[in-house]
Amino acid sequence: MKPIELEKVQEKLEGFINKDVYVHLETTNGAYASHVNEKAYNVGVYIRNAKVRFNQAKIVGDGKSYRAGLKMDIGWIYAEGLTDWEIFEGEKLLMAGHDREGRLMVALQISETPFSY
Amino acid sequence: MEKHVVVIYPHPDDESFGAAGTIAKFREQGVPVTYLCGTLGEMGRNMGNPTFANRETLPAIRKKELMAACRTLDMELRLLGYRDKTLEYENRNEVAQHLKGILEEINPSLVITHYPEHAVHPDHNALGAATVEAVRLMDPESRPVVWAQAITNTYIEDLGKPDIINDVRENFDTKMEAILCHKSQANGVIRSWNQSEGISDDLKEQAKKRLGVEQFYIWKYE
Repeated sequence: MKPIELEKVQEKLEGFINKDVYVHLETTNGAYASHVNEKAYNVGVYIRNAKVRFNQAKIVGDGKSYRAGLKMDIGWIYAEGLTDWEIFEGEKLLMAGHDREGRLMVALQISETPFSY
Repeated sequence: MEKHVVVIYPHPDDESFGAAGTIAKFREQGVPVTYLCGTLGEMGRNMGNPTFANRETLPAIRKKELMAACRTLDMELRLLGYRDKTLEYENRNEVAQHLKGILEEINPSLVITHYPEHAVHPDHNALGAATVEAVRLMDPESRPVVWAQAITNTYIEDLGKPDIINDVRENFDTKMEAILCHKSQANGVIRSWNQSEGISDDLKEQAKKRLGVEQFYIWKYE
């Protein structure tokens, strides 16, 4: 993946507006967080291939770390800490936030076709 | 001497971090070893450092890394086809029946797996429990011995002294070579162990300190 380019990602996000799309949304601090640090908590969540439709989409940030918000008819999809992006298989928008060791901390991915499962 | 050893862990790299030294010793003796790998580690958070994988490319990358590690250890590989982080939600008995079918076909004398409830990662605990159950369901006459590996920080307090203690430090090169086949994982995993004391750049020394002894409990069936 490569560092997020705001205008390009914004344009891709807008390309998904008012379409049925599949979303992968995830955050994790690893299955071993409290194993290697007793003061830490294991926290993680992911949802893969949620089929949604949003009517607004925006990415905001300071040049290093970004937040994305997708507005649906009856709710929101939100991710914070995004640093990198990539277009995968020509049409899937992948966004992720990595720590300084390259570990994935958060991911938001949007596609018109389902992600592999 | 063992006839055939089957290793059952859920993730590509569990075999290298957990049992590569033991596997290498069996292979030196000419004992066939088969790894039944539960998942492709699809949900791992290590993406290489610097990052070269993403959530979508990770499974295929980890599969290649796993195949390289199995070549290094000269063991046969079979993929069980489950999905990372989901093993504890699968039907325990169905997983056990799946494993039992493979074990009856291979007919090993020894099975190595994780110790249920003492193996930290939910996938380790779930696949370890399904393995123990699979062997329990077998004809007692043809049951292999089960070595269960505990990896919590307190397992010796909780379970007592392990039955099998393999010091693999003398022959750590093969183990390290297998670990390093997992290019997307090795660096991040080894560096995660030592968060407070400053990180040594010598990954091999770090690995040797933490993984130089491979220990197992012999599972006791009634």
